[in-house]
This record gives sequence, structure tokens and C-alpha cells, in this order.
Amino acid sequence: MSYFSEIYDGIKTLLTGMSVTGKYFLNSRKGAITQQYPDNRDTLQMFDRFRGEVVMPHDENNEHSCTGCQKCELACPNGSIEIIWDRVVDEETGKKKKIIDQHIYHLGMCTQCGLCVDACPSDAIKWAQNFENSVYDRTQLTRVLNKPGSKVRAGVEE
Amino acid sequence: MKILSINEWLLSFMPAGAASITEMVLIALIYLTVFAVLGLYLVLLERKVAAWFQLRLGPNRVGYKGMFQTLADALKLVSKELTGTVKADKFLYNLAPYFVIITALMALSVFPFTENLQAFDINIGLFFLIAISSIGVIGILLGGWGSNNKFALIGAMRSGVQTISYELSVGLSLLTMVILTGSLQLSEIIEVQKNGWLIVQGHIPAMIAFMIYMISGTAETNRAPFDMVEAESELGAGYHTEYSGMKFAYFFLAEFINMFIIAAIATTVFFGGWLSPFGITESIPFMGIFWFLAKTFVLVFLMMWFRWTFPRLRVDQLLTLEWKYLLPINLVNLVLMAVIVWLNITIQF
Ligand code: SF4
Ligand code: SF4
Repeated sequence: MSYFSEIYDGIKTLLTGMSVTGKYFLNSRKGAITQQYPDNRDTLQMFDRFRGEVVMPHDENNEHSCTGCQKCELACPNGSIEIIWDRVVDEETGKKKKIIDQHIYHLGMCTQCGLCVDACPSDAIKWAQNFENSVYDRTQLTRVLNKPGSKVRAGVEE
Repeated sequence: MKILSINEWLLSFMPAGAASITEMVLIALIYLTVFAVLGLYLVLLERKVAAWFQLRLGPNRVGYKGMFQTLADALKLVSKELTGTVKADKFLYNLAPYFVIITALMALSVFPFTENLQAFDINIGLFFLIAISSIGVIGILLGGWGSNNKFALIGAMRSGVQTISYELSVGLSLLTMVILTGSLQLSEIIEVQKNGWLIVQGHIPAMIAFMIYMISGTAETNRAPFDMVEAESELGAGYHTEYSGMKFAYFFLAEFINMFIIAAIATTVFFGGWLSPFGITESIPFMGIFWFLAKTFVLVFLMMWFRWTFPRLRVDQLLTLEWKYLLPINLVNLVLMAVIVWLNITIQF
């Protein structure tokens, strides 16, 4: 008896599969995932979770939220991040505190694993969606993420 | 030969012998050109359909929306070097592609595309088709053997196993329908269907026969899910691994023409060939071609749908399917059809 139920199951599952692909076929004109890349270069948007390169967002006062805690540097499995930090005296409290001088990111070594972004306690770094990352010289892949003259946003450290 | 009474036209200014030879050459040339182009466009269709099933766009660069993509590919293949392997059996190696392509093209000659457009109306039409499509496998075996390549040989052997098994189902499912028509001649099979397409006339057994025919027909053309023969993932390209350039193109084209043939047989035997549904365009001449091609392409599309949906079978599953399922069902179905015809419970309009 299982002979016939197997035939029935076989036909049923095959038809289920065909209905799934059939729906794809009918929707393909609308939902094609192909990007005609060099043609739509101006309008092409990468999806949200795309990992282009690590960037540090700055607000309009040229302030970022990196405290220089170095957690990203420690989290990076291949040493793509180097933090050059400094100690300054806080004007209000008079205590010594750590600030970043340069947050150096080597895009050429980065494997886009995302551990640094996950490790950062103050969400100072995030993924950018740019994808045209090729350059003519390797040194251009070493980037300083904090902009010159920037400082940490007040209140981030608390 | 019936092609637009081309015969009489030639006879009007030629002696009989020369006329019939010219006629043959002319028809052969027309068929060759038409079906070479058709084969190319079937390849394009396959690629487009595959793309749509996978939510891609498919070829869209060469010509308007990729219209000339396969023509460009064919040109490229013509210009390629014909390579071969050391110690290959040169004669068989070079012979194999012609076996495959010539049998495919020969099979096309018997189809009635419309009432008066049939190159070769023999009384054993269906039998001829089954026979000729089995010769193609010799080409595949020769190709695999002659290449002196283990992958090609394995592919060819699988092809032998597969084609010999599924040939039975193709033959038996068509035989089921022959009980209904009482003739093997394709033009007569169509004549019978003026009272309703055979899939309607023969209702349940006809539908079972159609399903079996489509499954085994897909297997006959060595297409996925039955592509044990080419098996890109394990054998490179199976029997045509060592072929390049135009010889490869012959194999490739033959595969697509075979797909067309399988669909065309199904159209003729199950769906009334060039007859229009309910006779709506009976009075317009040559609409038959349109209906024939429309039905055939629907079936071709069905086979493409199979290909891009179903997972591949293993060799043992392939043989289980044929010998334990399709063949017994087919035999029972044959008896069922005989009973139905005997008791005269067919549906006629
Ligand atoms: S994404 Fe991974 S590899 Fe790249 S900098 Fe961050 S932790 Fe290092
Ligand atoms: S980017 Fe984040 S983890 Fe790295 S040093 Fe700055 S605050 Fe710490």
C-alpha cells in the first residue's frame, strides 16, 4: 500500500515545488535580483546589511562617539584596527582621561567580519554601504576614521 | 510528399528524376535552416526561462533584450579550434556528433506542422520516431567511447542505461495512445483527433500516459532532473567533455532539438497537433503551424519548468523510478486503455 502513497506523495511534492518556482517565474519581471551594475551606477543602493567598509559617523559639530576604549582593536582577529591614543586632563573634573588621537583602519586587511562593530560599546563605528573600494595604491587602503579636529561627543563616556 | 505541392511545380520544368532530387535537397535545406535557427532560439528561451525561474534577468545585452545572444554564441563556437585527446579513436570521435544531430533532424521530417506541411508522411510514423530517437544514443556512446576520457565514458554508459530504460516507457505510453487511434501514421492520428484531442478522448488512461510520457521524455533528452549523462557536478560535461567548437555545438543543438521533438510528439499524439481548440481557426490556412508551435512551446516550457524546479536523481533512483514505478503503471494503463476502447467509453465530440 505504501507503493501508492509514495506515488501520491511524489506527485504532490513535485507539484508543490513547481508552484513555488512558478510563482518565482511570474514575479521575476518585478523582483529580479540582478543589478545591471555599471549602467545603474548612480542609483544602485546596497542593502542595509551589506558590509562595505568600517566608518565612524561624525555629527555636524565634528563630534564622534569613540572613547578610545580599544575594544575594537582587541576584537579584531587580524589586527586591522590600530588606536593611537593620548591622555589629556579633563577641563571640568581635572581628572586625566584617555582620548583617541587616530583611529586607524586597514581596509586592505579587513575581512569584513564585523566583530569590531559588535564590540564597540558606544556604537562609534558602523558599516558603510559603498562597494567600489578598489584603489591604485595600497597605502590608500589605510584610513584614519576620526576626522581631523574631531572630538568625542559629550556624554558618551558616562 | 505534400509540401505545398512543390512537386508539381518542379515537374513543370524538369524531368521526374531531377525534380524529385531537387525537391529533396530543397526541403532538406529549408528544414535545416529553419531548425538550426529554432534550436538556437530554444537555447535562448531556455536561458531566459531559467533566469526568470531564478529571479534573474538572463541574456539581455546582444541585440534587443538579448535576441542575438545565441547567434553570437554560435558564431563564437564556429570560430573555435576543434580540439581532441591523445589516443582518441579519431574516426568514432569525429563521427559521434553527426550521429546525434542527424538523427535529431531526421526525426523532424515526419511531423505534420499543418495540414499540408509534412515532409515525409510514412505509415509507421510514430514507430519511426521512437526508432530514430534511439539511434541518437549510439552517437552519445560513440562520443564517450571515442574520447578516451573516463568521465566521458562514464557519462556515455549512464546514457546507455538511461535511454534504454526510458525508451520502454516512451514506447509503451505512446502505444497506449495508438490503441485509441488505431494508426501509427501521424497524419491519421491527427485525423482521429478531429473528434476531440486524444487526451480528452482517452480521459484517465490518456492523462496517465501523458504524465508517463513527459517524465520519460524528459529522461530521454538527458535533461535535468535526469541529467546523469552530463552531470556537470561530477563528470565535467559527461560524454561531450572532450568536444569543442562546432562539434560541441552539434551535441548542444541536438539536445534542444530533441526537446522540441519530444514536445512535438506529445503535441501530435495527445493535444491534436495542428488542430485548433474547438476548430476556431479551421478556415484560415496555415494557422495550423501557429497552433502546432504554440502547443509544442507550452510543453517545452513545461520541460524547462521541470528542469529548474526538480532536484537531480541518483542513478539507482533513476532506475527505480523506471522499472518499479513507470513501467508497471504503464502496463496496467495499457490494459485499462484497451478496456476503455473495447467498451467504447471514450469521450467523443
Ligand atoms: S570587520 Fe573584522 S577584520 Fe575588519 S576591522 Fe572589524 S574586526 Fe577587524
Ligand atoms: S571605536 Fe568603539 S570600540 Fe573602538 S575604540 Fe572607539 S569606542 Fe572603543
